[in-house]
Amino acid sequence: MAKIALELKNITKTFGAKVIANKDVNLTVYQGEILSILGENGSGKTTLMNMIAGIYFPDEGQISVNGEEAVIASPKDAFSYGIGMIHQHFKLVDVFTAAENIVLGVNDGKYNLNKSKEKIKEICSKYGFSLDLDKKIYTMSVSEKQTVEIIKVLYRGADILILDEPTAVLTPQETSKLFDILRNMRNHGKSIIIITHKLNEVMEISDRVAVLRKGESVGVVNTADVDPHKLTELMVGDKVELNINRTTPKNVSDRLVIKGVTCYNREGVKLLDDVTFTAKAGEILGVAGIAGSGQRELLESIAGLQKLQSGEIIYHNPKTGKSENLRDKTPMQIRNLGVRLSFVPEDRLGMGLVGNMDIIDNMMLRSYRRGKGMFLRRKKPKNLATEIVERLQVVTPSVNTPVRRLSGGNVQKVLVGREIASSPTVLMVAYPVRGLDINSSYTIFNLLNEQKEKGAAVIFVGEDLDALLELSDRIMVIGSGRITGTVDARSATKEEIGLLMTKSTKEGGEDNE
Amino acid sequence: MSEKTKAKHHHEPLFRIVKRDDLPWWQAWLIRIAAIVTAVLLVGVISTLLTKGSLGEIYQTMIKGVFGKLFEGGSTTMLWKFLQETAILLCLSLAVTPAFKMKFWNCGAEGQALMGGLASMICMIELGDKLPYPVLLLVIFLTSMLSGAVWGVIPAIFKANYNTNETLFTLMMNYVATQIIKYYVYIEGGGSNTIQPVAEGNLPVIAGNRYLLNVIIVAVLAVALFIYQKYSKQGYEITVVGESQNTARYVGINVKKVIIRTMLLSGAICGIAGMLLVAGTDHSINTNTVGGQGFTAIMVSWLGQFNPFIMVLMSALVVFLRMGTGKVADTCSLNASFADIAVGIVILFVVGCEFFIRYSVKFKHNKKEVK
Repeated sequence: MAKIALELKNITKTFGAKVIANKDVNLTVYQGEILSILGENGSGKTTLMNMIAGIYFPDEGQISVNGEEAVIASPKDAFSYGIGMIHQHFKLVDVFTAAENIVLGVNDGKYNLNKSKEKIKEICSKYGFSLDLDKKIYTMSVSEKQTVEIIKVLYRGADILILDEPTAVLTPQETSKLFDILRNMRNHGKSIIIITHKLNEVMEISDRVAVLRKGESVGVVNTADVDPHKLTELMVGDKVELNINRTTPKNVSDRLVIKGVTCYNREGVKLLDDVTFTAKAGEILGVAGIAGSGQRELLESIAGLQKLQSGEIIYHNPKTGKSENLRDKTPMQIRNLGVRLSFVPEDRLGMGLVGNMDIIDNMMLRSYRRGKGMFLRRKKPKNLATEIVERLQVVTPSVNTPVRRLSGGNVQKVLVGREIASSPTVLMVAYPVRGLDINSSYTIFNLLNEQKEKGAAVIFVGEDLDALLELSDRIMVIGSGRITGTVDARSATKEEIGLLMTKSTKEGGEDNE
Repeated sequence: MSEKTKAKHHHEPLFRIVKRDDLPWWQAWLIRIAAIVTAVLLVGVISTLLTKGSLGEIYQTMIKGVFGKLFEGGSTTMLWKFLQETAILLCLSLAVTPAFKMKFWNCGAEGQALMGGLASMICMIELGDKLPYPVLLLVIFLTSMLSGAVWGVIPAIFKANYNTNETLFTLMMNYVATQIIKYYVYIEGGGSNTIQPVAEGNLPVIAGNRYLLNVIIVAVLAVALFIYQKYSKQGYEITVVGESQNTARYVGINVKKVIIRTMLLSGAICGIAGMLLVAGTDHSINTNTVGGQGFTAIMVSWLGQFNPFIMVLMSALVVFLRMGTGKVADTCSLNASFADIAVGIVILFVVGCEFFIRYSVKFKHNKKEVK
């Protein structure tokens, strides 16, 4: 058996009196292996890793590195033990070059960038990185920045590397490149810990998997001995019996017709390029694509939050039979036209809700203008809040609790609950289950299905292709602001959609970020 | 931990800062009150060291400085002076509060109040003998509010349309206002650089007390602002814009309109403060009429956590210390800045204690005791 690189014994970490982030976690990492840390959001993966990297200090327990007890009170301590972490949000100086960022903060005698560059080049060729050392960070793609972060850690002599969801921002091609490098590092004897919740990646890259559930370690398994289904069971705790009951669309009619919509951002980069499609009543239209391909702008255009250069957004009102062009209308004007448009944005607490307000006041966001006079009426919002808390089983001390104190799943229930309370004719949701545990995810999916059956046109922007394929009726693929294809969700395959997603990046690669 | 670990390469930190869960309100207030008491004690101790007097004497002097001989059966003159100063400071604090709730850092209360005061002064001098008294009062009231509102809305218009920095803008507007007052005093007062108190257009003296009306007006304002912030639709919009402009846009709030409307309100209340100072108190104007209270108001607003009722207490505390330590400095012939130092100490404690409300300190060895 290989030598033990890192050992955690009975690690416990609490935040305040109530939140137990990690409880009695034991974990062993060997030299020359890739270990995945798997768990649902909120299961304590990142907290545990932050304790190894010196960002948090454990309340109880012991960390040993190479068989010696270690007290890691700061990231600097962590480096002295050869531990380096690559965070989800990069910590780089934008106006510096790659090389300058890599040597920044390393105190090894006289500052000599050329000598350091030699050392960096050695590292690059050893593990197979390709990087232009004189390129400034702000001109780099996300994947290049990540490369800089990894080299930065290696340059400091790390033997244990922790990567926090490294693939979340990468395209499939970039991911496979990263995985090649990780395997290379493993073969050179490095220990690599990778935090993720994508099962297929766990299966592909890791030697062993440690599963966390609610802050506790529920087992460490050899990847070769398990399949994704088994891992899901470990993660969630009991047998998952979850299927979505997808009904055949009834009374389908055109609800929202988008024609040739184009928009630019302030820097003049094209965000949406001649987008044309139809969202139909009684149907769920899935929208797939690599993150940042224009999904957000598309939904915001419809919601009246984005200025368009050209195009039309035609809404067919089912009550009056009239058609309205929603282009260049503010959210207020759209509402005043009698369009019942609901929108669950990606940024829940930064856009959909106000974190410091309680549930009642958040309910009021959509309806506070109702009633005559200058004063608010809190009675109806209060009833609505109580109703949503009961019906969607929102876990909260009371309806007077600020929503920022709720967990991610409960925040989303509050937001979705409010948005569907106005019985929308168009319901747009962006990444509605991101960060939610599996049970909450299915609650949300069922709510979307319910709206579809009630005759709303549902537009569902998602990232998980399995969920998109299970829930949607049609799936539209967007790449670099363009619609690259629309498929029937009942017959399409993941590969087919994956091809459509990357199709545009080849043609439209001129606009990065 | 049961077993003591042997040699350590790195030392475990002596103490750690840990975020608390939200404390129950009474515990939070207990900490705040403890902080104020400690600070006042510290001020007393420092005073005794400087003056060689006893602690008891110092506090007696302070109380005398604020309330005069009230407790020995004397007149209420000093008490009313205390109430008057509290009212003015509170009025300015109320003025900046809606802007602060919107995260618009209005540091221009000083200038906005001066401009309000200037409007009062001009009306008193130019229209004093031309209009019937009630009409004159109404004109003074409206022009002062308008003048303050205009001074406040200029930075708001630039903020809403060009996203300029409101802190710098409002600060600069203070200097402009001061220079305008200087110029006005120069032409109106001739060479003497002072304007003699004007007899026309003074706010009425009610119940024989020249400060009572000021106090009543500010009290009404405090209640009105509390209701406005908590129960009105506009107050709700201010909170949403302050918390997240994205959310505001998402629900269709016109952010520009809210910024401009709120600063009109903020400036108008400053204008009222200026009117209370000029038409209600001094009957004259100079560059020092507001006397830096526009800046103290920023602090009071924060200390009161934007709640008008807590702000009443905070203004009273600040004025009490200012007057009390001023008296101590006076009797013991200390530098006049002593009062500022004392107020500074208290504020440091009051602001500092918020840290202990949000975080707790855990020491290395008593892990078991601390839950």
